[in-house]
Amino acid sequence: MTTTNNATVVSADNGVNVSALLDAREALAKAPEAAQFKWRASCEWLNGTHSRSEIGNFFGLGAEQSRNKTFAVEADHPQIFAAEDHAPTPVELVLSGLASCLTAGVAAVAQRRGIQLHSVKATLEADMDVLGILGMDDEVRNGFGAIRVHFDIRADASADDIKALVAQSQKRSAVFDVVTNPTNVFVTVN
Amino acid sequence: MKFATAIIIGAGQSGLAMSRHLTARSIDHVVFERGEVANSWLTERWDSLRLLTPNWQTRLPNHAYAGDDPHGFMTMAEVAGFLQRYARLSQAPIMSGTRVIRATQQDQGYEVLTTRGVWRCRKLVIASGACNIASIPSHSAGLPAKITSLTPLQYRNPGLLPDGGAMIVGASASGIQLARELQAAGRRVLLSVGDHVRMPRTYRGRDILWWMDAIGAMNMRYDAIDDIQRARHLPSLQLVGTPDHVTVDLNSLRKASVELVGRLVGLRDGKAQFSGSLANFCALADLKMNRLLASIDDWVTASGLDQHVPAPERFEPTMLEPETKLSLDLVSAGIGTVIWATGFRPDYSWLDVPVLDRKGRIRHDGGIVAAPGMYVMGLPFMRQRKSSFIDGAGDDAADLAAHLSQNLANAA
Repeated sequence: MTTTNNATVVSADNGVNVSALLDAREALAKAPEAAQFKWRASCEWLNGTHSRSEIGNFFGLGAEQSRNKTFAVEADHPQIFAAEDHAPTPVELVLSGLASCLTAGVAAVAQRRGIQLHSVKATLEADMDVLGILGMDDEVRNGFGAIRVHFDIRADASADDIKALVAQSQKRSAVFDVVTNPTNVFVTVN
Repeated sequence: MKFATAIIIGAGQSGLAMSRHLTARSIDHVVFERGEVANSWLTERWDSLRLLTPNWQTRLPNHAYAGDDPHGFMTMAEVAGFLQRYARLSQAPIMSGTRVIRATQQDQGYEVLTTRGVWRCRKLVIASGACNIASIPSHSAGLPAKITSLTPLQYRNPGLLPDGGAMIVGASASGIQLARELQAAGRRVLLSVGDHVRMPRTYRGRDILWWMDAIGAMNMRYDAIDDIQRARHLPSLQLVGTPDHVTVDLNSLRKASVELVGRLVGLRDGKAQFSGSLANFCALADLKMNRLLASIDDWVTASGLDQHVPAPERFEPTMLEPETKLSLDLVSAGIGTVIWATGFRPDYSWLDVPVLDRKGRIRHDGGIVAAPGMYVMGLPFMRQRKSSFIDGAGDDAADLAAHLSQNLANAA
């Protein structure tokens, strides 16, 4: 039962180009096939549990999209897992992905709603019973039992409006969807 | 072949209101009705259902509720009686038992093939309803064969269900009502909850729809809305019409031992999989309800009525169990029935005119369809928020009849 007052959108600047995003929405409404994206990563084993992923090109808007650079993300495990702790564990990278996705969403929704942000900090914690990954208890899943996200946000808005930013960000978050809903995973070899 | 200047398909509130306006403008027309007047209300609703809108709000052009319970809610038989009286009073030119098989575009109009002959018209008004077909998610195909699958169009009462518990998918008006009814009948009930619109039945001493009407929300026009596509696809309000005006929300259902789970996102190997997004959907619905209540409070203050109505209140936030299920083996949990309360859509299978978008929805601007001389009625937020309510049919029929008439005059 609310309407967005477009006039207020101009005054807030969170560094998000909302009008470009709205233009994209309009363009994709006319050409929905261009909305089909493919995201990619490759990963090479280094040593022990240490690996390095490379992230570069992706497909979208009907064409291969090349970047000027390739990003590298390393992962390892901590010493208490008898590893060398060169980098975060993959599950910590998942938390980071969720946090980044929700935080980006908060900024975008705030911009759209004309809310000036001053600071946004997400703190995440996930429960895991490692009896699962160690193969010691069939009834324990490998993944997280639960994820808790806490947002600390300072913004020119009421407490409820800030809560609504965080709620809307979850509603439109890709990583939130990936972690809360099942996905078919197809793995092939050689 | 017979001819009418205008053909209206469907003799429900929309078709009857349009017929009334065309008659007033002396435009000859005929109303095709596949069954009897108010057919969907009579044959496609469960036994206990009552209108979600109060009696005083059940009004059509030159016809309104005149009984002694203006704040009550009509049963389906009463709705049908109301519409049948309206059809008689209006002397609407209805051909009942006339199903439309196909409509095609012809020079200057349309050809309509029915079970009772072929007709031609210049103007075609589709008033056959927004809820002809229950939308069922594709993963329903994974439902174990021994579990009965029903839609709200098929459900009648708890006694007709197979033994065992029920999983109700969807927590809008239909889903919450069926969950309440089946739980009260002693069934185990699991309610799968996605996006929903939480709404108290009464607020500050009045029905919530009285407030929405008063503050102008029901009359909000489609071209005054920031994102009309989104507004048109919002879930229905979580409301029930009962003689005691109860509010049914997720809290009351949980207290009645209905088990709440997240959106159903998969069915495989007999297991239902639920999303972990339940808490957020509840948070969104609570925030949205509070925004509506705040806008009502603002309106009361601006209207100087604070002394005349009870003080503002806020309702308990939706409370969930600390851990909700993410999956359930339906057969071993004793679930005998799944009811898909996952929304409805119109049936355009007979419409052989290229006016549907890639999702099968009719392309229209406030009911003026993207084909010459074609109109549609009764869709959610079609011209106003109340377009899909009985109370919305009158305004929409007036506007569209004016457009239709102007259009005829221009062609003449």
